[in-house]
Amino acid sequence: MTTTGVFLLAILALGFLITFQIAKASEYVSVLKGEKKAFEQNNRINGFLMVVFLVLGLIGVYMCNEALYPKTLMTHPSASDHGENIDTMLKITLLITGIVFFITQILLFWFAYKYQYSEKRKAFYYPHNNKLEVLWTTVPAITLCLLVGFGLYYWFKITGEAPENAMRVEITGRQFGWIYRYPGKDNTFGKKYFRMIDEANGNMLGMIWKDSAMKTPNGVQNLKADASGYDDIIETSAMYLVKGTPVKLIINSRDVIHDVGLPHFRMKMDAVPGTPTTMWFTPKYTTEEMKKITNNPNFEYEIACDQMCGNGHYSMKGLIKVVTEQEYKFWLAQQKPSYKPAEAAPAASPAPVADTAKTAAAGTANAVLAAK
Amino acid sequence: MSHGHAEVLTTHDVHHDEHGVHHHHQSFISKYVFSQDHKIIAKQFLITGMIWAIIGGLMSVLFRLQLGYPDQTFPWLEDILGNWAKGGKITPENYYALVTMHGTILVFFVLTGGLSGTFANFLIPLQIGARDMASPMMNMLSYWFFFGGSIVMLSSLFIQTGPFSGGWTAYPPLSALGDASPGSKTGMDLWITAMAMFVVSSLLGGLNYVSTVLNLRTKGMSMTRLPLTIWALFFTAVLGILSFPVLLSGFILLLFDRHGGTSFYLSDIYIAATNTALPNEGGSAILYQHLFWFLGHPEVYIILLPAMGMASEILSVNSRKPIFGYMAMVGSLFAITILAFLVWAHHMFVTGLNPFLGSVFVLLTLLIAVPSAIKVFNWLTTIWKANIKFTPGMVFALGFVSLFISGGLTGIFLGNSTLDIHLHDTYFVIAHFHIVMGVSAFFGMFAGIYHWFPKMYGRYMNSTLAYIHFWVTLVGAYLIFWPMHYEGLAGMPRRYLDYSNWASFNQFGDLNKFISTVAIIVFATQLLFVFNFFYSIFKGRKVTTMNPWGATTLEWTAPIRPGHGNWEGEIPEVHRWAYDYSKDGRDFIPQTEPIGPNESHH
Ligand code: HEM
Ligand SMILES: [Cu+2]
Ligand SMILES: [Cu+2]
Repeated sequence: MTTTGVFLLAILALGFLITFQIAKASEYVSVLKGEKKAFEQNNRINGFLMVVFLVLGLIGVYMCNEALYPKTLMTHPSASDHGENIDTMLKITLLITGIVFFITQILLFWFAYKYQYSEKRKAFYYPHNNKLEVLWTTVPAITLCLLVGFGLYYWFKITGEAPENAMRVEITGRQFGWIYRYPGKDNTFGKKYFRMIDEANGNMLGMIWKDSAMKTPNGVQNLKADASGYDDIIETSAMYLVKGTPVKLIINSRDVIHDVGLPHFRMKMDAVPGTPTTMWFTPKYTTEEMKKITNNPNFEYEIACDQMCGNGHYSMKGLIKVVTEQEYKFWLAQQKPSYKPAEAAPAASPAPVADTAKTAAAGTANAVLAAK
Repeated sequence: MSHGHAEVLTTHDVHHDEHGVHHHHQSFISKYVFSQDHKIIAKQFLITGMIWAIIGGLMSVLFRLQLGYPDQTFPWLEDILGNWAKGGKITPENYYALVTMHGTILVFFVLTGGLSGTFANFLIPLQIGARDMASPMMNMLSYWFFFGGSIVMLSSLFIQTGPFSGGWTAYPPLSALGDASPGSKTGMDLWITAMAMFVVSSLLGGLNYVSTVLNLRTKGMSMTRLPLTIWALFFTAVLGILSFPVLLSGFILLLFDRHGGTSFYLSDIYIAATNTALPNEGGSAILYQHLFWFLGHPEVYIILLPAMGMASEILSVNSRKPIFGYMAMVGSLFAITILAFLVWAHHMFVTGLNPFLGSVFVLLTLLIAVPSAIKVFNWLTTIWKANIKFTPGMVFALGFVSLFISGGLTGIFLGNSTLDIHLHDTYFVIAHFHIVMGVSAFFGMFAGIYHWFPKMYGRYMNSTLAYIHFWVTLVGAYLIFWPMHYEGLAGMPRRYLDYSNWASFNQFGDLNKFISTVAIIVFATQLLFVFNFFYSIFKGRKVTTMNPWGATTLEWTAPIRPGHGNWEGEIPEVHRWAYDYSKDGRDFIPQTEPIGPNESHH
């Protein structure tokens, strides 16, 4: 045992010993004083502490709010249109529950203090009162209907169909990171199959880039190459979104359940292997604008994994860059499809020279964007 | 070993039941170990539960150290934990193992087994006027399955690949695939085995509680004269009987997926660690979540109802007033029981659940707040114009009400799917369920222990220690969990062991240190309670009157240290409800007293 350990244990033991001695002594004292007197004294002390707790508690709630509210997301606007609805809903709920909280807690501790035992007081035999009980059944019921009403109104707005013009991005979770896919020029995602995943050859998602026959437990499956996947862009560094353009995320997982958590957009959706999910929203501020709004030069839209997915769960971070339309076009132009004919089909002709030039350009373009 | 302890003395005078045939010598083993006396079984549950609570609590202290001081090492940790904290730092693997075990232990082994097991066993026969449970044998088995499950769960801490580490909810595929996480190897098999034994224990116990309450009430004890503790324990048992089998079926399918090559929960999985695509196709990982939460939500009420029942009883006794709105209290317990089965999918709003289905669950979930509100207002009215005695049980019952209000109100946030999108799996959820389920159920349990300790052991616990225990725990619980709501509103995810690499969540470093410090103090205070408990069993002030709190219920008509069979001679007959306090100018009228000719009607 290290000295710190011994020291801590010694302090703990000493604390116990002292508390215990005090407690024993007070028991003896109460025997000497007589049970009744000791009881009355204890009762007064605890009754007094009830109201002390109430007052200090209310001050504490206020101070806690002063100290911590600025550290929440509530001090600056939500970065998506859905998020604004959620913030409104949060404020409505906060207001209503807040009122109930203060009324009930104050009554509880105030009654406890006020109606503490006294020889003179007689407790009031009051077994029931139907009127009162009906009152506090219906008032909460009506209030809750209100909350359900608002809540579902927003809920259906948020979970409804994405607008026609929404851009689509696929995001796939894996232990422990995110893979983003864009449909490319044809605006169609190429087909994929999880048995085609081949990390060593750059096929992280199992794109069906070539014809193949697969042995599966259900027999041999013939997969036809899907040409619409040749221009798909597969990225792991960041997801680029456009300010003001709705985006529909198609969410997948490659192994266990993850969750695309977007605190600044107030959005969240699980990534479930075998069952794709979706979610859509419209970003309202570019990353650059958010830096100013939050007064934080290091601001980034982070994607936090919000579903326990293994030992690296806490580090499963993704990045979203919200940019202007122009910047997005510029970025997109630099991206090259992940499909590499040379690798997919060794016999095919070598990649055109232009491609290499493009890669170099992309490198510089990325550097330009990153520097911004 | 023959008896010779003080406790045995009264036993000799006891007629075991009306037929009076079971008068036999009992060895130490059959009296204290394989006992069929409900009171001994209750104590076995209680003490096993307390040991579990210490282990589970200690785990939270350890992982709070990591959360409070993520960049520091504690060399002395390695002394205690060995490989679990190499170099004085808890590895991610062990962090997750600790969190998972902490949750499993506290939810199931302490607040279900320990809480229901103790008080259903102790109070049902004593408060309804029965000599024992309907089936003492099954009752004994219920404890021993619990014990067996405990041993298996405990043993999983010591295996090489570590205990299960995928969260107490054990979602597959993570929990199904050893290659996805070392904790999902043998640790998970042991976890499932232990949980299966736990479920068996719960069912044996629950069936017994239900049949005892329905069949063994003494003469005059109609259902509407039952104390609220019994109603609460009864509904708790009903919830358990109807929902635990569903959980077990979910676990069995999981076991098949793990070892039988089935694909109930598995589909389209590629494991990077081994570079293989798994053969499974067509399963649904979400199916497990439905099965799990079909128990999981009732489970939170299995934990909470006994605490509600005991708080109701203790508030009434120490207010010297009847519980306000007895029928409404029973009705709201009933409503909660029904609704508890109809809200499970509120844990799944962001799994891709059909939004319309989600909206139905929003409505049903927020409906539960109505019976909850009724209970709160009835408790408040119970202490209104009362004459309150702040016994240790009473202060904890008051604390329970405060915590239930605080935690229940945040349920209204989470139950509203719109807000749950933002708050799901953040620290807001941690704050919510720790306050409403964790701490408040513990407060109910403490209230029950302080209140019925004189009946259990014929001695009092030291009340000064009890008051210190109460005030430190109440203040500490709020200091720990209240600020977590703000972390949740910042979107801070739960089940992270280090936030320093996140630009969005690293602003709470000081707060996390503060919370960890308070957690350590609160934990130490619980040890004070444990000490008080065991010390008082042997050295506490002796109880000298049969009815120390002046309560109306039947357990206080039994001898100070009741033997097996509870009452010497006839079982008392009941003539009235359990809440005639301060009626007609009398402090209290026991349930055994016939209605007087001039008594007023209520
Ligand atoms: C007013 C009544 C309540 C409502 C409306 C409510 C609602 C909810 C909702 C919707 C969640 C899911 C949040 C999420 O996953 O993001 C949740 C979580 C939870 N609640 Fe409640 N609840 C209520 C009362 C209770 C009670 C009485 C208990 C316990 C006795 C409890 C224990 C829990 C637990 C353990 C979780 C955590 C689940 C997890 O691991 O994610 N709740 N509650
Ligand atoms: Cu994760
Ligand atoms: Cu639930």
